[in-house]
Order: sequence, then structure tokens, then C-alpha cells
Amino acid sequence: MTQYIIRRLIESIPTIIGASIIIFLVFTMAPGDFISAQFGMDSKMTQEKKEELRELYGLNKPLPERYAIWMGEIVKGNFGESYLYKKPVTDVINTFVWNSFILSATVLVLQWMAAALVGIVAAIKQYTLYDQLVTLFVFLAMSLPSFFLGLLLLKLFAVDYRIFPLGGMSSTGIPHEGWAYIKDVMWHMALPVITLTMLSIGGLTRYFRTSMLEVIRQDYVRTAYAKGLKDHVVIFKHALRNALLPLITLFALELPGLFSGAIITERIFNWPGIGKVTLDAIFQRDYPLVMGFTLFISVLTILGNILADVLYGVADPRVRHR
Amino acid sequence: MTVQPEALKSSGQNSKMRSKKVDSPWRSAFRRLLKNKFAITAFIVLIFMFLFSFVGPYFSPYKDAKISVRDQYKPPSAEHWLGTDQLGRDVVLRLMEAGQISLLVGLAATGIIVLIGVTVGLLAGFYGGWIDTILMRFADIMYAIPTLPLLITFGAILSDLKFPPDQRIYLIMFVIGVISWMGLSRLVRSQILSLKEQEFMLATEALGLSDRRKIFSHLLPNVVPIIIVSGTLGVAGAILLESSLSFLGLGVIPPTPSWGQMLSSANNMIDFAKRPWLWIPPGVAILITVVSINVIGDGLRDALDPKMKR
Repeated sequence: MTQYIIRRLIESIPTIIGASIIIFLVFTMAPGDFISAQFGMDSKMTQEKKEELRELYGLNKPLPERYAIWMGEIVKGNFGESYLYKKPVTDVINTFVWNSFILSATVLVLQWMAAALVGIVAAIKQYTLYDQLVTLFVFLAMSLPSFFLGLLLLKLFAVDYRIFPLGGMSSTGIPHEGWAYIKDVMWHMALPVITLTMLSIGGLTRYFRTSMLEVIRQDYVRTAYAKGLKDHVVIFKHALRNALLPLITLFALELPGLFSGAIITERIFNWPGIGKVTLDAIFQRDYPLVMGFTLFISVLTILGNILADVLYGVADPRVRHR
Repeated sequence: MTVQPEALKSSGQNSKMRSKKVDSPWRSAFRRLLKNKFAITAFIVLIFMFLFSFVGPYFSPYKDAKISVRDQYKPPSAEHWLGTDQLGRDVVLRLMEAGQISLLVGLAATGIIVLIGVTVGLLAGFYGGWIDTILMRFADIMYAIPTLPLLITFGAILSDLKFPPDQRIYLIMFVIGVISWMGLSRLVRSQILSLKEQEFMLATEALGLSDRRKIFSHLLPNVVPIIIVSGTLGVAGAILLESSLSFLGLGVIPPTPSWGQMLSSANNMIDFAKRPWLWIPPGVAILITVVSINVIGDGLRDALDPKMKR
């Protein structure tokens, strides 16, 4: 097993290098740079002054050299400096990623609990009205554009009924500590959490239902029923355990998402997470920040893939890793 | 090639059936699809959305070019069913014209996804070896890079290059296609790998057929069901991506309308809070279209995959 993990990690190195090259090319070939985004409208900035600034930020060197410098620094753990925040990119990511993490971790827990419950019941009651309603709901949830759902909830619960705040993470003028603060953050979290949970629950419910249906039809489940076990024992102790196997992969694949932030939802609810920061950075052409963050997520995605395969091997002894 | 289990059963069980023409796989798939009430309803709804967008404008009493500040921001009324926008244009008509762009972008982007995804999957699966390694490694790389930041950056680049709005939609289609083909190529590749092990491929080998004939006449027809299902679901995904991008002001930009672009009026606090008729209708239009496409895609999957038969 250790050997397998090491091999997979080594194999992933070319993929990571490939991803870094593509990310680098996209952002450096982009015509607008930070200097023109910041000072394009400023008539006081002369062409020479702009060139001087570009030289300072190293924006005028040949591409391979810039890539080598960028990558060399990243290996050392230096993702460069964000133009916008005037801080190292790693610091900026570290500041905001946890705000996103709170959001996505809550969503992850709610989403899995709800999807498990709804999906399992739908599988047990296959073809009933309940099952069909669930299927309909799943399709609706899968097809809602994130921004539209967010906007609708915001309009209904923040503008019309004022139950929840319009946005942000905490109210101004409230001390940033203690119970009051936690309650305040939770109050601000409610709408983005509902939005993200509703969006992600559809697909997962479907997986739970399909996976459960496959297991329920197997002989050992019938045997368990036949020997007179109670329904809930059969469902939860015999069937569910095996139905969860393929879902382990799914869970591992979702882990990178904990850190990636939700660009559009965070923007709508003005949540100070890494997704909103990335979006602002793109608008402001703060490319070191966007590049660093995109690469960070790419690496996490690759690691998530490996973790998925490893966990599946651990949970299901029929899968042998060589 | 693939033997239809249904055909086998009927010819074996009942000799009378033998005289009757046996359904082709496509025919029986179509029959299964017709039995799916969900899918049929969705199909009718989708046709309605197409008619609404492409034929609807001819029935509208308003002209797009007509801009009148006097009619600005009228709430829904008998005259303007969904009100008017900041330029006094009828929102219903605007919704139809936006639908044309949104649907076209979705279809064209899917065309590109299918073209790249199928080519990559076929080549990688058929030739194997280093071609497979390189192509699939490239797919892995593209898969690892998060879609949305990449897409938004492309949108920002297009804005910097100052493309005229009417040409911009072609680039949007292209960009969405280029970043979403990986899933399909993996599906096609794995299907080709299992097809290669089957006897009919051994027969093509024995007959000494050229690679071109093996690929186009024998492998490609067998992956068509996967392409149809993924392609259908791909249209839904592409429409959603386009609308997100346009909502952020980086996709389709005015004066060209799209549903996502119409929704971007919700970025304005006053329009958002006080004039919901500007942004709720396009959102509902996206929802209806995408739901029906997803239901159709799901129905097609059930119909085209005989193993999934109920």
C-alpha cells in the first residue's frame, strides 16, 4: 500500500508540472496586466513610468525565464506577491481560505446527511410517489444556476422579509469574540449555506439512491430479511455499509472543494472567502494571486484523486493496488 | 455487432415473432424513450423554449430597435407582460432574443466538446501506448485545473482584447468547449478499450481492414449512444457555464442579450430589490431549459442502455 501511494505521488508530478505550465501560459499570455488595469485610465502615468513598473515586477522578461523563476520560487514555497494586497500570495490565501472552509465544511456535512437520508428512503421506496418527487427535486437542484438560486433567496429572505442579512460575514459594531460573534457569523452564513447545500445535494442524493438500489437487490440482503432481521437492521447494518463503498471515492473527490471557495455564491452574499478574493483578483488583473490559487487547487484536486483511489482500496478488500 | 437482448428473447420464445420484423437497436431505444413520461414532457417543454426563442419574436408587437426612455422600467402590465428594461425595451421580446443566443451558445459549445472529446477518446483508446499516455495525461492536467477561475480569466482576456459583442459569442462557445471535453473523452476511451476486446474487432483484424475503417465503421457507431447522452447533458452544462460567465459581465455582453446577461441586471442593487421583473424571468427560463435538457438526457441514458432496462 505504501509503495502504491508513493508510486501514485511520483506519477502525479508530471501532471502537476503540466498544469503549472498551462496556468502560467494562460495568465502570462493574457493581454491586460496589473499595470494597465491599475493605471490605464490615469493620464499622469507616462509610458516610461509604466515600463519602469513592469521592469520592477519582472513583467518584461522572456516567457521561459519567467516560468523558471515562478516555478523555482513555488517549489521553495513562495507563490509570489499579490499586487492588490501587497502581501505574499500564500498569506492572502491563508487569510481568506478559512472563511471559505467554514462555509464549505458546513455544507459538506449537511449535504451528506440530507442526501443519505433522502437517497436511502427513495431507494427503499422505489417507484413510489416519494421516489418520483425526489427524482424531480434532484433534477431541479441539478439545473439551478447558482447565482439565480442565491439571488432568489437573498431577495426573499433578506430584502423582502429581512430575516437574514444582505451579505458579509459579520455585522459591524459587534465585538469579534465570544458567543455573540459566533451567533452573528452563523446568522450571516445561513443563506450561502442553504444555497450551496441545495445546489450540491441533487447529484449526491442520486448517487445514494443508485448505490443503495444495487445493494438491496443482492442475495445477501434477501437472506438477511429471510432470517427475520428487522428492516432497519438490514438497511443500515447490511445494505448501507456496502452501498457506501463507491461513495467513498466521491467523498475524497469533494475534499479539494473545501478549500476552493464558491466564486459566485461568495460574490452574491459578499462572503469574504477565497472565491470572492479570486474573482476580485481576476477583475483587477492581480495575476500572481490567481495563478497561485489556481495551482493550489489543481494540486489539491490531483491529491484528492489519489486519496480517492487509496481509500477505496482500504475500504474494499476486493480492490487490490499493485 | 451488439445483439439486442430483446430481439434474442422474442425470436427464441416465440416462433411467430420470427416472421415479424425485428426491431433495430435504435428503434427499440426510441420505443423505450416514448414510454418515459418524464422525458416526453421535458422534450415538449424544450421544443416550446426553442419556438419561444426563435419564432416568438415574429409574434411580438414590439421591435428590438425601438428604444424609448419614456417607457423605461415599466412594471409588468397588460401591454408589457414582463415590463420593460432600462432602455424601455419589452422584457418578453428581450427574453426571446436572449434565448436564441443562450441556446446557440449551448449547442455550439457542446459541438466542440463532442468533437474534441470523441477524437481524443477514440485515438487514445484505439492506439494505446504513448498516444494514449500523452492524450490522457493532457486530459488529467485539464481536469485538475479548476474550471471557473480559468473560464472567468478567459472572459477577462476577451474583455481586454475588446472583441465586438457579436463576435464575442463565438469565442465564448469555443472557450467553454475547450475547457469541458475531458469527461467525454474518458468515457469514450474506456468504452473503446472494452470494445477492442470483443470478437467483432478480432474479425476486422482478420479481414485486414484499415485503421480508418475500423475506427469509423466499427468503433464509432458503438460509442454513439454515449455521445448522445453526454452531448445532451453537455448542452445543459454549457448553458449554465455561459450564464454564470455572462452574469459576471464576462460572457455575452450588451447589446447582445443572453439569459445570463439579462440576469446581470441583478448586480444593480435597485434593479435587484425593486425591479424583479428584469432578472427573475431569465433565471426561470434558464431553469426550465436546463431541467428539461437534463431530464431528456437521463431518459436517453435509460433508453439507450438496454442493461438498465426496468
